[in-house]
Amino acid sequence: MFLKKTSTFLIFIVIFFSSIAKVNSIEPDIFVQSTVNRASEALNNKYSKEKKIEKLKQIASETVDINGIGYYTLGAYRKNINEDQKKEYLNLFEQYFLKSFASRLAEYSNPEIEVLSKQKLNENYTMVSSILVGTEQRPEVKIDWRVYTKNPEIPLIRDLIIEGLSLVRTQKEEFSSIIQSNDGDINALFSTLKEFIK
Amino acid sequence: MKKILITSLISLMLATNVSADTDGENSLSKKNSGDVKDCFEGLNRATFSLNQGLDKAIFKPVARGYRKLPSPIRSGTSNALENISSLLTIPNNILQGEFKIAGINIGRFAINTTAGILGVFDVATKMNFPEYEREDYGQTFGAWGIGAGCYVVLPVLGPSTVRDTFGSFINVLGGDPYYNFSVHGNNQYLDQELYMTTKIISGIDFRAKNLESIDNLEKNSMDFYASVRSLYLQDRQQKIRNSNPTIDIIYEGDWEEVETQ
Repeated sequence: MFLKKTSTFLIFIVIFFSSIAKVNSIEPDIFVQSTVNRASEALNNKYSKEKKIEKLKQIASETVDINGIGYYTLGAYRKNINEDQKKEYLNLFEQYFLKSFASRLAEYSNPEIEVLSKQKLNENYTMVSSILVGTEQRPEVKIDWRVYTKNPEIPLIRDLIIEGLSLVRTQKEEFSSIIQSNDGDINALFSTLKEFIK
Repeated sequence: MKKILITSLISLMLATNVSADTDGENSLSKKNSGDVKDCFEGLNRATFSLNQGLDKAIFKPVARGYRKLPSPIRSGTSNALENISSLLTIPNNILQGEFKIAGINIGRFAINTTAGILGVFDVATKMNFPEYEREDYGQTFGAWGIGAGCYVVLPVLGPSTVRDTFGSFINVLGGDPYYNFSVHGNNQYLDQELYMTTKIISGIDFRAKNLESIDNLEKNSMDFYASVRSLYLQDRQQKIRNSNPTIDIIYEGDWEEVETQ
């Protein structure tokens, strides 16, 4: 009897918590649209350029998996560095990423992005498809968002694929080129990153 | 001979465009048929610098001027150029075994050339024809499994590979119907000068459409050469696979490795 009650109670607990988890999980397409709306609001506001950049950095810090991208962009080199170098790299990469990201976006005024669909790749990733609506000056651009959904309550962006071209892949190959041009010395990448974020 | 060389070079420019790769091993993809090595990196970097200088001095200012033209003129020009490009796309659709797409593109070309007044109006798209994708001989060779060979940067014409460069030469060796009609067609409407003008305008149109994106990439790159190489090779890979990036996710393995960190 006691065993039956306990198991019923446990089942109830499991159902209760799983339903809470379901309620709190954020659909990746809604997450992308909301992130885009936040960025759009920051860009359309009559803030100074510095204030816009600050706002965009804040949005990126909350919605992008900067450390995950940092590890990815280091490629095979991440296996050959020690813990201190790893810490230094992630710190430099975060500063680099936020500066580069905000500066890229701050150039755009009133970017209109429409989220079209989503496709679950596996438990960890969902691709969200969207378009950057064309203007008189430039054609429509397809943008796919690789959203990391391992924790469905806190989805995070891991890549933007613009017209089929992966931004993090490009970044990884740029970093690799810098390291290779300096005989495989990772410190050369650190110096270049420091120079960029100055 | 000189004319043929110039024409070949201009054809190449349009077959290549800006969009370039290399990871630690300079390979296009772990899943791709062959590695793309930057065998001539020193020379390529020098040529890339030369091209950047030419771009700043000539191509960019011309593209800026082109952008000042009224929008209907630019879109009409762009439509007409795209319509002409389908003459090269159709034989490549057939060579890649894409007979249905070849049929659609023949229909598109017929409608746009007639109802669309020499392609100025994209009537076919308004009639809900599927999205048009350009094809060239480099892509066909890729689809046949021929490796890209080394990555090369051509003077004026920009990023390419040995395979894509060879593919572009096929255009002027009888592979491009528009070239054949213009240069060997023996008619009063088309000639080699018009063919070359068309190709130059295509280059300007491409540059004008990408003014901000290229500026932005350059400004935010620590190694602009490597970024362009990465984008060009990714773009070619995607075009050869005719893949939908959302459905056909490559590089998945790289992310799996990050999970184990």
